[in-house]
Amino acid sequence: MVEAIGRALAQVLADDADALLMGEDIGVNGGVFRATAGLQQRFGDDRVIDTPLAEAGFVGAAIGMAMVGLHPIVEIQFDAFVYPAFQQLVAQAGRFRWRTQGKYGLPLVIRLPYGGGTRAPELHSDSPEALFSHMPGLRVVIPSDPQSAGELLLAATRCGDPVIFMEPKRMYRRGRQEVFAEFSAGDLEAAAIVRQGGDLTLVAYGAMVEVALAAADELAADGVAARVLDLRSIYPLDRDQLLAAARDTGRVVVVQEAPRHCGVAGEVAALLQEEAADAMLAPTLRVTGMDMPFPLFQSEDQALPSVPRVLAAARAAMDY
Amino acid sequence: MRADGTGTSPAVPAGAPGGALMGGARTVLGLGREDRREHLRGLPSGLAIRLYSAMTHLRAFDERAVILQRQGVIGTYPTYFGEEAVQAASVLALEDRDWLFPTYRQTAVVTLRDCPSVVPLLLWRGHPGGWHDVMRYRVAPICIPVATNYPHAVGAAWGARLRHEGWVALAYGGDGSTSAGDFHEACNLAAVVQAPVIFLVTNNQWAISTPIVKQTRVPRLAEKAAAYGMPGVRVDSFDVFACYEVIQEAAERARRGGGPTLVEAVGYRLGPHGTADEPSVYRDPRADLLWAPMEPLGRTEAAVVEAGVAAPEQLLELRSRAFQELRDVGDRLGELPLPSVEELADSVHRDTPWPLRPERLYEPSWARLEQTPPWS
Ligand SMILES: Cc1ncc(C[n+]2csc(CCOP(=O)(O)OP(=O)(O)O)c2C)c(N)n1
Ligand SMILES: [Mg+2]
Repeated sequence: MVEAIGRALAQVLADDADALLMGEDIGVNGGVFRATAGLQQRFGDDRVIDTPLAEAGFVGAAIGMAMVGLHPIVEIQFDAFVYPAFQQLVAQAGRFRWRTQGKYGLPLVIRLPYGGGTRAPELHSDSPEALFSHMPGLRVVIPSDPQSAGELLLAATRCGDPVIFMEPKRMYRRGRQEVFAEFSAGDLEAAAIVRQGGDLTLVAYGAMVEVALAAADELAADGVAARVLDLRSIYPLDRDQLLAAARDTGRVVVVQEAPRHCGVAGEVAALLQEEAADAMLAPTLRVTGMDMPFPLFQSEDQALPSVPRVLAAARAAMDY
Repeated sequence: MRADGTGTSPAVPAGAPGGALMGGARTVLGLGREDRREHLRGLPSGLAIRLYSAMTHLRAFDERAVILQRQGVIGTYPTYFGEEAVQAASVLALEDRDWLFPTYRQTAVVTLRDCPSVVPLLLWRGHPGGWHDVMRYRVAPICIPVATNYPHAVGAAWGARLRHEGWVALAYGGDGSTSAGDFHEACNLAAVVQAPVIFLVTNNQWAISTPIVKQTRVPRLAEKAAAYGMPGVRVDSFDVFACYEVIQEAAERARRGGGPTLVEAVGYRLGPHGTADEPSVYRDPRADLLWAPMEPLGRTEAAVVEAGVAAPEQLLELRSRAFQELRDVGDRLGELPLPSVEELADSVHRDTPWPLRPERLYEPSWARLEQTPPWS
């Protein structure tokens, strides 16, 4: 996935003279995950810019750049280091179009490597998607594989409004995939069915798609055909596909890595019970991270949603 | 200008309000009578009148806004009484292609770029018609969270530099804002990338009820510039001519590739923080009396007349025209129809997502369409 992101970024820089990348250590070093490797050499240090270590400052500066016609794509080094920039994102970026009565937007993409499962130190494994999806004016997008990463990143750069583009870093070097030589822009609001099935739907996103797919394999061995719906868009949710999944399968389990309270899974469950209660054969169940700081890594496997936990929820839904 | 930030004009003489507090601040109005007359007569033709006229407009706007607040026509309003000089100078010292990044305190600077006064007044009336056209005037929407606008100005200016466009950006702020992290990050970044930006910090010594001594141990805010590697300049915030000079110098330096400048416009908050504020709770009203003579409009008027740059009748005419105009604007404030909630919802994203579409704004479809819920 990380190579696909690098290629999509190169494609954007080549196609759009106003696009530029900024972040910590993204130049010569190519970013701590190497997503921008080689890009500064190719496009110059006016287009691939190493910033001082100041997330509020450079995210704020990116807002100013976007106001005057540039198209900044900002890399935040790790998930939890977006918090210093939180105010700039939620009190400024998300409100800009609204402050112009809909007339002008900020073409701004925030790339945010996020999530656990990489044996990383404290505050390098957070999943803050719910925070951003709760705050008006921001789109939140999470790819799960290389192809979707390239297509959605391209779409994010063209959307004309700020996009929080969250990259499940655990997938950076997993799930290798052949991708097309050129990406075309994906649909920023569409979930994708990554596995067909009519008995039950597993809704997941980011690194949890892989977990859901593995669980679906095991369910198939039991004769349960599980659909896996990769959300991809966290705000807005793909309402049509979620309702279709509910109507088609009647049973839904939502998997998220983030803490449970006020999470995306809760929003999915609320949507289904408000709008598809008549179709449901079982309560919508959530398999989530826990309402505690993401554990130090010796315990992370116990805290992260796992195949057995998803299976247990899926079987409970089937047996309901 | 010398490296210590003092320029062609000397510092405010001791004995001016606040004494040492205004030490090192550039002044024109504080010059001896002859020097002052000479300075004003040496200004480009019409400039003194244009500055005065901009100040009268700002004053008329501010007074009208306070009246409208008392009448219940607009909501709480942050008066800038006493800051007309520095604000007028900031707009006139720059070119129209330069970008401004105001806060709640500079709500009317956009009207000095020909935006109708009714627009910012509407904002304080809680009407979205109060959001001015950002691109047309090259004035960002006002920023209410203190210090958040500094990084925006840096980014915009940096963008101008990357594209060799030759314009500069100016961000406003107050003494309190210099304690905030975004101020530090913005100053540092601006200096590192040599962004053509001016940080115009009006040190009125108060952040609501918090005096500057509780804000920082460095009462001369301009000194903070040294820590970032940029020039810091102090200027009398009540002196429109000195402010003009200092801001223009900073802008020229920025245009030449000389990077950012921190301008500290020092003075005193002559009015309350806003219409809901009661300063006597936290500061000695006698200090207000000491500072009252610094009120900038009268000071400017006296100096301009003394220098023979304009006749009193001409100034009176400008003043009364500004006040009349604002009275008429105030009378028209209620006319603009309020957009529907559906229209508001349609102004958040370019491509409005489903949760903001008219049929989804309220409760789920069965409730809104008065269909019977399936289980009833
Ligand atoms: C981040 C933030 N915290 C608190 C406030 C509430 N507030 C509004 S104005 C103000 C004082 C600001 O003082 P200063 O920066 O000196 O500017 P002045 O109001 O004097 O022009 C405060 C605390 C705010 N707007 N933003
Ligand atoms: Mg103040």
